[in-house]
Amino acid sequence: MARTGIEPPAGVRAPVGLAAMDAAEVERSRSRVATRRRLGRAGLYLAAVGAALVAATPFVWGTITMFKEDADLYNPQNNPFAFNISPTGEHVSFLFDETKFLTFAGNTLWVGLLVVGITLAVALPAAYSLARLNMRWASPLGIGIFFVYLIPPTLLFISLSRVVSTLGLQDSTWSLVAIYPTITIPVSVWLLIGFLKAIPRDVEEQAMVDGYSRVGAFRRVVIPLALPGIVAVVVFAFTLTAHEFIYALAFISPSTEKTVSIGVPTELIRGDVFFWQSLQAAAVLVAVPIAFAFNLLLERFITGFTMGAVKT
Amino acid sequence: VEAKEHPGARATPLEAIRAAVHGRRALADRESFLAPLFLLPAVVYILALVAFPFFLALAFSLSDVTAGDPSLDWVGLSNFEAIFDDPVFWRSLRNTLLFTAVTMVLTVILAKALALILVANFRFKRIVRFFVLLPWTTPIALAAVAWLWMLDSVYSPIDWTLREFGFIESNLYWLGKDNLAMASVIAVQTWRIVPLAAVIIMAGLVAIPDDINDAAAIDGAGFWRKLWEITIPLTLPVIGVATLFGAILTFTDMTVVYILTRGGPTNATQVLPSYAYFKGIEGGDLAQGAAIALFLFPLLLVAAIAILRSVRKMETL
Repeated sequence: MARTGIEPPAGVRAPVGLAAMDAAEVERSRSRVATRRRLGRAGLYLAAVGAALVAATPFVWGTITMFKEDADLYNPQNNPFAFNISPTGEHVSFLFDETKFLTFAGNTLWVGLLVVGITLAVALPAAYSLARLNMRWASPLGIGIFFVYLIPPTLLFISLSRVVSTLGLQDSTWSLVAIYPTITIPVSVWLLIGFLKAIPRDVEEQAMVDGYSRVGAFRRVVIPLALPGIVAVVVFAFTLTAHEFIYALAFISPSTEKTVSIGVPTELIRGDVFFWQSLQAAAVLVAVPIAFAFNLLLERFITGFTMGAVKT
Repeated sequence: VEAKEHPGARATPLEAIRAAVHGRRALADRESFLAPLFLLPAVVYILALVAFPFFLALAFSLSDVTAGDPSLDWVGLSNFEAIFDDPVFWRSLRNTLLFTAVTMVLTVILAKALALILVANFRFKRIVRFFVLLPWTTPIALAAVAWLWMLDSVYSPIDWTLREFGFIESNLYWLGKDNLAMASVIAVQTWRIVPLAAVIIMAGLVAIPDDINDAAAIDGAGFWRKLWEITIPLTLPVIGVATLFGAILTFTDMTVVYILTRGGPTNATQVLPSYAYFKGIEGGDLAQGAAIALFLFPLLLVAAIAILRSVRKMETL
């Protein structure tokens, strides 16, 4: 608690010698410390609640919006945060029954899972190679992979759309399966290097003494030990694919092939017609599960970020 | 990535024993063979789908390729000349720099504050953390859609609240006026980047040894004094990393602009990535689109080198 500096530890020592203080003075200083402590706590709670409100307001309002009747929603005098007419679920069922939302969600899901699979298959050995195996070029290669992570889709989407059509993948969700690993592999290698370096060398050396080959030790000892880190990378990589917008927008136009990211904004907005309740339902329904998965693994991401390329 | 020890300097005794036992080491054990093999798929993937498209984009920018005429004919630098004569390009470049700079200043301040909140202990911390991370974990296109509704010209709840309290007479038209539209785009981008930056800064805060803070508390240092003299100096490199990550995410991103304003009103919020998209994909002028996107590269290189330097500094902490 003292770490944040928001409150002094209990029984804080006054800077001047205690011996010089009489009892009343000690009492005054003690109550001053207590007041400051209470103020600090109040400030902390205020800041925390404020931050949560600013972050969540669009989603809170989205949740209210998705259950509103048109007549309630489209009256600028109505309180937007309350139900002036009793709530309805019809716009949520519209989202599931009348739009391709489930197709978009399904596409996002299977693209994400395939991309995560490809990413692990490629990134795990690469990270192991950079973290553990002695190689002259390990350091520049690691930096090279880090630079690739920083090359954004916006730089490549025009030429990649040519590559995609040459491969015959234009307008197909498979184009995303092929291209998204370019986003996920570099960052996964970076995170995995950190997790792999945290495993003591002795463990795999012991395994090799016990008769495993290097590859055997990697498969049977290192991967199981790195599993928590691998789970974090899986979630991170999946989230990156679910977030991606530009490639999907540039490569895909048929609505059945779209992912949630581009499907919702392009198909639920028809020219000037906005299906606002259904749009908000889609945003909230996608946002909440991903946020849950992320929160479960937050501590691991934090260690991953610090260990990645930073610590040896 | 930290430099490795000299090849072969490590574990040689073990390998010598194994070599003696087996006589000859199996292929599955030879590091000089395994190391490149393990790395090969990643390198091939990146060469094929990052390096190749990058050079293809360079070639595009020096050619007359369009969506209708896909052949690449050399035209030298004429695309770049055309871009330099295009006032919208300059406007986009200015907007990109402004958008990034303002977003980053706001992000540093807010993310630092948020990180301090998130490492503190208080009740309901998990709930607060869940809400606070929502902006970053939500797919950006959907978060932008939620904001599009927040900033609606007629039904915006922000305007409604301001009207109720009597601050304004009529709606502000957030996305309809040049300056307000820019401010909105910056606000939404900041809202989205801050949680990510805060998480990275948290990693740095957690790494500060407790005894430093305890010693300072015993010496009577208050919250602000500790903030300025301990926390900020010690987390400066990690703040640097968070900022530069955020900067790269911001100046290369077009999703917020594309969904909120489509670059409007009349290019007031047009940024380089969105302009490249409208020219290259929607307008079909692949050559000019590629040339515009390439302007991101020098900016990116500078940012990347700066990140690496901060990371190096962190290693010495």
